[in-house]
Amino acid sequence: MKARQKRLVFVGLAVVGVGAAATLALSALQSNIAYFFSPTQVLANEHPGDAVFRVGGLVVDDTLKRQQDGLTVRFDVTDNAATVPVSYTGILPDLFGEGQGVVAKGRIGNDGVFYAEEVLAKHDESYMPPEVADTLQTAHVDGVIDATTRSLSQTEGAGR
Amino acid sequence: MTINLFKYAAPTAFYPAAGRLIPWFGGLALILILFSLYWGFFETPERLGGSNPQKEYYRIIFIHVPAAWMSMWLYLVLAAWSAIGLVFNTRLSFMMANAVAPTGAIFTFIALWTGAFWGRPSWGTYWDWDPRLTSELILFFLYIGYIALHSAIDDTRRADRASALLAIVGLVMLPIIFWSINCPDPNQCAALHQRSSLSNIESNILTAMLTMTLGFWLYSFATSFARLRGIILLRESDSGWVRKIVEREART
Repeated sequence: MKARQKRLVFVGLAVVGVGAAATLALSALQSNIAYFFSPTQVLANEHPGDAVFRVGGLVVDDTLKRQQDGLTVRFDVTDNAATVPVSYTGILPDLFGEGQGVVAKGRIGNDGVFYAEEVLAKHDESYMPPEVADTLQTAHVDGVIDATTRSLSQTEGAGR
Repeated sequence: MTINLFKYAAPTAFYPAAGRLIPWFGGLALILILFSLYWGFFETPERLGGSNPQKEYYRIIFIHVPAAWMSMWLYLVLAAWSAIGLVFNTRLSFMMANAVAPTGAIFTFIALWTGAFWGRPSWGTYWDWDPRLTSELILFFLYIGYIALHSAIDDTRRADRASALLAIVGLVMLPIIFWSINCPDPNQCAALHQRSSLSNIESNILTAMLTMTLGFWLYSFATSFARLRGIILLRESDSGWVRKIVEREART
């Protein structure tokens, strides 16, 4: 084997090794490093008990309530399968709203309420003007079971 | 008529060719970037709606997304030239890799920086340790590491090979950055950053974004060729043709 071919094999092996490392890292990203937990996972106690973690999902319509002190808000977060009530004192981001995606960081209390210390808004990859967006069913947030397919399967079940 | 492209693998032939190409790449880049900025500011909707109701600040997309694309593309270019240099021992390949690295690092920085300014009004935070943001930050460190390693070793040939190896090892980050938000099952990858898809973008927004990408791409050619010419002169300074060029340019 010529020196050049040896180097080619060497670089090829390096690239293959790097590919294997990337695959391992990606599978770790998907299973072990959970950026946020869905309400379903929280209710199934898959979240770290007393530690700080994040809950992600959609803010349920008509659940956003401002408390007496004028600073604390309460709202429900859902993945369309389970719902977790969230309490937060502080300034909400611009994109925060009912029906929109949200990621809250905090601890879950003994009363089952998630006490958030930080609330971030999450939006999806649709970049459409309001008049077009209204006619499209684009609401989709990662970790949220597709609302349209779910309601379809429900009506199917009701019909049977 | 066929042009023997391998001729340009020699620094002697590439130096004047790059010099002639730079004004074209630079001029076209400037036109495209100005056009994209105009189109992005004046021909696109004032606000978004639906599940992404962003206001005027969404226009950061015209810088942010093209810069992020270039940061990943240029890393691939850097690693490819490094691999070619390692295998074929060609001088110009390593010089190419060297010349591309600073432009890639700048685009990575711009992507992170504009992302922070965008994240504050939309998500509510400048920074969060989300998989996409974190992996892009590691890419920035890889660029810096490549440049630092190369300049830390005095012997140019050893520096070339050591930093080329680092560039290839760093390739691991490219699929991670891509799949950190685009994993096949959307319920598996939980991230703050939205998935990347071009299917649900208003056509004017898409136009400005794509022309800006082309502009950034041509800009990358112009700056890395300019940097490459400097590297060629520096490394070949002992040879006769460089002395001739320097003497001629000193006279004019």
